[in-house]
Amino acid sequence: MSAAPSHPAALEQARLQFVLRLGDTSLVLAQRLGAWVGHGPALEEDLGLANLALDLLGQARLLLSYAGELEGTGRDEDALAFLRDAPEFRNLTLAEQPNGDFGHTIVRQWLIDAWQLEVYGGLERSSDARLAAIAGKALKETRYHYRFSSGWLVRLGDGTDESHARAQAALEALWRFTDELFSPDEAEALLATAGIAPDLGELRSAWVARIEADLLAATLRRPQAAHYPWYGKRGVHTEHLGHLLAEMQHLPRTFPGVQW
Amino acid sequence: MSDTRTPRPDWPLYEVFIRSRAGLEHKHVGSLHAADARMAIEHARDVYTRRMEGVSLWVVPAAQITASDPAEADALFEPARDKAYRHPTFYSIPDEVKNL
Repeated sequence: MSAAPSHPAALEQARLQFVLRLGDTSLVLAQRLGAWVGHGPALEEDLGLANLALDLLGQARLLLSYAGELEGTGRDEDALAFLRDAPEFRNLTLAEQPNGDFGHTIVRQWLIDAWQLEVYGGLERSSDARLAAIAGKALKETRYHYRFSSGWLVRLGDGTDESHARAQAALEALWRFTDELFSPDEAEALLATAGIAPDLGELRSAWVARIEADLLAATLRRPQAAHYPWYGKRGVHTEHLGHLLAEMQHLPRTFPGVQW
Repeated sequence: MSDTRTPRPDWPLYEVFIRSRAGLEHKHVGSLHAADARMAIEHARDVYTRRMEGVSLWVVPAAQITASDPAEADALFEPARDKAYRHPTFYSIPDEVKNL
């Protein structure tokens, strides 16, 4: 954790990529959750999902603002959010998957909440004070998100025959995107060595233990491991992201600089 | 708002109480539907504490609350109306009394 980076430029590039990955994941997931507003199964769930979306949007703003400063070319949070195309986005592939039914939304949320718990938890000890502060704030929010999503996972999985079948189907559909969560690439390995980011590989076992305990309570089966070739955090996305961005970016691209 | 938002029979009503600050009592703020107590706490958090309204929540199944019958209101509450002497302000305190 203490070795000095041999290539400062490579380290700074890795830091920028990592901050974009975190920020884009929160931004894209916030946009997905926002689509539930007005369509939740009950007014209370509508508000619950909107609250999650707003927390995630707040995280995205902090992270993308920082990314803009690291990049140093004058792009602010809005330019990064609204004026990049899909290949420039670095979010987890899982985050961009469609809402599907409520079961899909909950399984996606729960998998990412559990990921954020580990990542933000590790980042609280980052040598990067800015990242550590953002992670500290985000961790409080994430603990509630996880309480919300894991509660629903158990309720659906251990609920009726139909809710169980839908939750299991969602798990089968989304599990293939989870390999990316804790598979560090060169950038993340470099950051772990420098003490800027936690070692993702080391976090995997804690995430798996948490996931398996919840699956047991929810009476759901963990799907077979499936390596999926899409790697959102390197800019290789499923077709869903482009559609999401078209909707999210339409207004600021049509009316540049628009305010309300 | 569609028909799917109609509270379902397996989502009973819960009454929500919030403590606004440490040291103050919990006060009733409203009600909501939830499938279980854990969900009721989450719903109460999401619906009633978005603007820092409180530091503690209680949820109580509405069915567990026994309420007085409005038809008995006269019998229950009217008799207190003419008993002003039950208020401490009914009594004049002699000036000589220092500590009361």
